[in-house]
Amino acid sequence: MSVPFAKLPAWADYGLIPLINLVVAFAVAGLVVLLVGESPFRAAAIMVEGAFGSGRNIAYTLYYSTSFIFTGLAVAVAFHGGLFNIGGEGQAYIGGLGVALVCLAFDSILPWWLTFPLAVLGAAAIGAGWAFVPAYLQAKRGSHIVITTIMFNFIAASLMVYLLVGPLKPGNSMAPQTRNFLEGGQLPKLNWLIELFGGTVRSSPFNLSFLLALLCAFLVWVLIWRTRLGYEIRTQGHSPKAARYAGIGETRIILTTMMISGALAGMMALNPVMGDQGRLQLDFVTGAGFVGIAAALMGRSHPAGIVPAALLFGMLYQGGAELAFEMPAISRDMIVIIQGLVILFAGALENMFRPSIQTLFASVSPRAVGVAKSRGGEA
Amino acid sequence: MAETAIELVGINKTFGTVHANRDINIAIPRGTIQGIIGENGAGKSTLMSILYGFYRADSGEILVNGEPRTIATSNDAIAAGIGMVHQHFMLVQNFSVLENVILGAEGEALLGRSIAKARAELKRLEREYGLDVDPDALIEDLPVGLQQRVEILKALYRGAEILILDEPTGVLTPAEADHLFRILAQLKAEGKTIVLITHKLREIMAITDNVSVMRQGTMVATRKTSETNVEELAELMVGRRVLLRVEKGEAAPGDVLLSVKNLTVRDSRDCIVVQDVGFDVRAGEIVGIAGVAGNGQSELIETISGIRRAEAGTAWLKGDTIDLTGDVGSGELRMKGLAHVPEDRHHVGLVLPFEASENTILGYHDQPRYLHGPMLDIDAIRQGARDKIARYDIRPPNEYLKTANFSGGNQQKLVLAREIENDPDVLIVGQPTRGVDVGAIEFIHKRLIEMRDAGKAVLLVSVELDEIRSLSDRILVMFDGRIVGERAGDASEGDLGLLMAGVEHRRAAE
Repeated sequence: MSVPFAKLPAWADYGLIPLINLVVAFAVAGLVVLLVGESPFRAAAIMVEGAFGSGRNIAYTLYYSTSFIFTGLAVAVAFHGGLFNIGGEGQAYIGGLGVALVCLAFDSILPWWLTFPLAVLGAAAIGAGWAFVPAYLQAKRGSHIVITTIMFNFIAASLMVYLLVGPLKPGNSMAPQTRNFLEGGQLPKLNWLIELFGGTVRSSPFNLSFLLALLCAFLVWVLIWRTRLGYEIRTQGHSPKAARYAGIGETRIILTTMMISGALAGMMALNPVMGDQGRLQLDFVTGAGFVGIAAALMGRSHPAGIVPAALLFGMLYQGGAELAFEMPAISRDMIVIIQGLVILFAGALENMFRPSIQTLFASVSPRAVGVAKSRGGEA
Repeated sequence: MAETAIELVGINKTFGTVHANRDINIAIPRGTIQGIIGENGAGKSTLMSILYGFYRADSGEILVNGEPRTIATSNDAIAAGIGMVHQHFMLVQNFSVLENVILGAEGEALLGRSIAKARAELKRLEREYGLDVDPDALIEDLPVGLQQRVEILKALYRGAEILILDEPTGVLTPAEADHLFRILAQLKAEGKTIVLITHKLREIMAITDNVSVMRQGTMVATRKTSETNVEELAELMVGRRVLLRVEKGEAAPGDVLLSVKNLTVRDSRDCIVVQDVGFDVRAGEIVGIAGVAGNGQSELIETISGIRRAEAGTAWLKGDTIDLTGDVGSGELRMKGLAHVPEDRHHVGLVLPFEASENTILGYHDQPRYLHGPMLDIDAIRQGARDKIARYDIRPPNEYLKTANFSGGNQQKLVLAREIENDPDVLIVGQPTRGVDVGAIEFIHKRLIEMRDAGKAVLLVSVELDEIRSLSDRILVMFDGRIVGERAGDASEGDLGLLMAGVEHRRAAE
């Protein structure tokens, strides 16, 4: 027995519902701010100011967003194949190794625009390789990918610590990091892009990988909705039985999907490592892998949703940092709580308001919901 | 007490904009069997769900024994003396019959007393209605016919005076169905009121006193069963004249196109579900496989079409020998000219969240005509979808619409269009008309006959004996994983029924 459902128009599905979820998330976050004795409105003003108030602030927001676009896309591709890749954090972390090895090897002999594509390949290859092992275990042994990818986050973290205090550390240094990359291992900044629009940026980490992230978003859209592989990935994701019926090899799809996902997560490392810090250091991912899950959920696994969702989380990161600075009562942890609320309402409770909104639409404008009049309830 | 057991007055129910029940009025006299028929989506189940407290009506009144009752939950329904036997049994498989009967009526923390009471009560019910079943048997060990009896016992144990049965014979052999009807007649004689929901007109004629016909959410007619006939009911259901018999000429069987030998299949629990099965299908004939659901037919066609791996056995397809124990892959078989309309269109034959056009290439998505290198040729796919939609009269004719939003009949046409339009030589069809409305059934049957007449080999599996009998040129009967008999297409129902129940087979074994 199935209840016929009213379909919402696209603008409500992709615009209104996320907006309502967001408003509720901020309302609850406001209550938390109120609880610690600060004004929610002033806090909101500081956050918005912190995220967009100046050219420099915008640059920082976009810098954070860049990382989230990569990891969000990574999670989304896996989602389409019915796989929950929690390992973006580790794949991004280990992807940094690919970036660093390329930069360390070539920064003295090649200009940045030749090192860059090699670094992209290095990051993608190592990220994909890191995702391959859980994918293989899932496809061949049935080990659940959620568990194995989480485990691989820890393995990646330990491995990186070992490499950065050992083999990759210059002999005379006491910091757990590689040597600084030379000119040929650093990406140009995009500060001019913001200055083009009249902002002033003295220094910021906003760099070329932002454009690469946007390109990847487009390519992911092409992959998922316009290629044969994407068709097979979606079939497998929606219905493994239908995929088997259609002669789509499950093992092949699991392996390819996860490797594409891992490659995207690995490319996130370009942003901080090659674009900002100019060296490989510990913990440069700072949770971007997990924020990517939220961005993918909120963006409904569609690149056109993930990019704005990543911008939102970039804003929360940058604005939140300013807020913690301006309002001492609101600690760094409070910012995490606010981000958590957004994730909760926008991601996990995505369907909370949907039924009532559908009913509302159905009663206000029957034709907008596009249900054929003649269809009865399933008998 | 009032003469009327249940009266529904002006019941309305909408889901969003869909008017599932529109001004339904019906009065069911006490001590009678009332049939409710209608196509899928006519609103029968919605109406019964309102009566049983799963849904609340938007407006209207329910009177039980002449008194208005509010039935908001199934507990209210039970309290009003209404019991329901669901199409899909609500039994705990690893509980005993007794444990299932007291489920939800356990009474107190310790079960001893209620079990003793239930045991005594079951004895009484057994005496009064001939509902015999071992109270200590585990449900999983019982055949479906007996499981259904447990469902009936559950309802009676809760004091049901009014019993609703939703498609009760779908899983039964003809003999089991007859037994069920005898029980229902007995219950009626004891003064119980029975509501029988079905789409099988024959059952309505055989057992009911009155019959109500639903179409598109409205109750279009109520007749005394003795004063109506199958043709009139079918016409009322569909709203136009329907061809109940399939018109077909003589078959002209040609060469063998598909041959299966020594096929043995184990299921995921490692039980043998198909045992040493072999048969041929020739060009220009429809071979039907009859059998009660769950006797290995599903696994049989899944294996032949490359979805499931066999324990042993080979297939011979147009000159190629195929080892079914290997990982054959449905893609490879499809290339060799074998098409498959799977039994479960929701999870296997279609991807419901896809647009209709995307589903028209499922399984054929690697053919060059739909591709530009690694890219999908979206224009070609949509054009192909529009053609199929036009030729198979799929409604609404919108290739962008999500597949889940089509009705069952139109979804099935989508699958058939895809498989038939690809011009296969061998077509394997599982349950082609399950959950499909009468109008579409006629259409689908015609297409299958056309395939046969075009010299294709068609293997048909269906649990609807009528369908098997009206379409097939030869009938194989499966029981317990084996083919227990072969009959001509015009075999009698009684003959096939005995085979389906495994009677002949058992006799031969003794």
